[in-house]
Amino acid sequence: MIDWPWMADHLDELAFRLVQHFFLAAIAVGVGFVISLAAATWVARRRRLRGLLVGTSSVLYTIPSLALFAALVPVTGLSVLTAEIPLVLYTLLIFVRNFLAGLDSVAPEVLEAADAMGYSPRGRLVRVELPLALPLIVGGLRLASVSTIGLVTVSGILGDRFGGLGFFIFEGYRRVFATEIWFGGIPAILLAVAVDLVLLRVQRRLTPWAASEAVATGRQAAGAS
Amino acid sequence: MNLVEATIAWLADPAHWSGVSGIPARMLEHVALSGAALLIAAGIAIPIGVWIGHTGRGVALAANVANVGRALPSLAVIGIVLPITAAIDPQAGFKLYPTLVAMVILAIPPILVNTQTGVGGVDAEVVEAARAMGMWPGQVVGRVELPLAMPAIAAGLRSAAVQVIATATLGAIFGGGGLGRFLVEGIAQQDDGMIFGGVVLVAGLALAVEGAFVLGEASLRSPGLRDAAVRGAAARAA
Repeated sequence: MIDWPWMADHLDELAFRLVQHFFLAAIAVGVGFVISLAAATWVARRRRLRGLLVGTSSVLYTIPSLALFAALVPVTGLSVLTAEIPLVLYTLLIFVRNFLAGLDSVAPEVLEAADAMGYSPRGRLVRVELPLALPLIVGGLRLASVSTIGLVTVSGILGDRFGGLGFFIFEGYRRVFATEIWFGGIPAILLAVAVDLVLLRVQRRLTPWAASEAVATGRQAAGAS
Repeated sequence: MNLVEATIAWLADPAHWSGVSGIPARMLEHVALSGAALLIAAGIAIPIGVWIGHTGRGVALAANVANVGRALPSLAVIGIVLPITAAIDPQAGFKLYPTLVAMVILAIPPILVNTQTGVGGVDAEVVEAARAMGMWPGQVVGRVELPLAMPAIAAGLRSAAVQVIATATLGAIFGGGGLGRFLVEGIAQQDDGMIFGGVVLVAGLALAVEGAFVLGEASLRSPGLRDAAVRGAAARAA
């Protein structure tokens, strides 16, 4: 049932798709991180905007991934933007929620002490609030990375230029060729699990005092699919 | 013709509302498949979660299973299962089972973790009091721990339901039924009206189900849950 010689012949293509997968995911996570960080710090002390941001991002998060990719096809065609926009949108809820929770976790006394020491609002944010929010920020990074790696496979619906490892799943199905489906599917799962474990390590190393918070963020469950 | 007009025209066309590939039939397929997957997953995850939460045994194992489960890319899971079920059952093996299996696998982690943390998070003093009142272990679970864990379990079911509906959509890529078909066929035929009509239906279903769960959770909350500390524990578990 498994065609080993075919696999051996396509290792270079596997490497290419793996790199593509990594970049499609990394761009989305990077862009999502920056947008969310800016948005979260901006709305953190503005209650109405905050509700609006969390509400909008959770509605987006509820929409099935295939629908979000498909929705952009009539607008941006079969382009990189059509692949990246949904990936970025799905990271928003995870990041925004974790950033806000992180900022909320900073005790008011600490903020007051920072103000009393003469920090500017910006200095306080960078030197006091963000470092203290780090456990939840890294937790968000981990959830978002893993969920994005899974979603990159779905971008294969946009054609052969996309999908990363998901390309093999789509092509394998078209050709009714089990080996090729597994050739993409199994590495895609291994990649997601490996990144999850690596970032868990990073999370624990960066924040050895925060084992309980790490569990708390892991509990938020449910990556979009 | 612009996008909005195309979408309305597609949705309003009576031809799209009848037959085995019409909107009602596809909607029914989607809901039935999702409901079946959710029931199966709940049937597996809730008893295990209750047992782990009640006994405190296997907590780390459950957390690991849930973490790995959460990391699984749904499309890859469907793809991997597909050739296996197709070999076992060439008739339905291609269309139904791969998606169903993937949906169940992906729905288990959120239900399991929430059940376990909900049941395990019940105040030890409350459990102690129940025992002191002469309840046997089954009653402690059924009358005290489960009702108190209900909001957490419901929240787990809600994340699982959203996940399952999204995964059912992906099943259409592999020839499965459900609303995802409109997306896949719309992209293939470059029919913008069909794509957007499908998007409206799929997103509408997902949001409606999420909304229904939110409303349902409110009514599931035990009247005994007035104590702020208990409510707090339930919210943390969710």
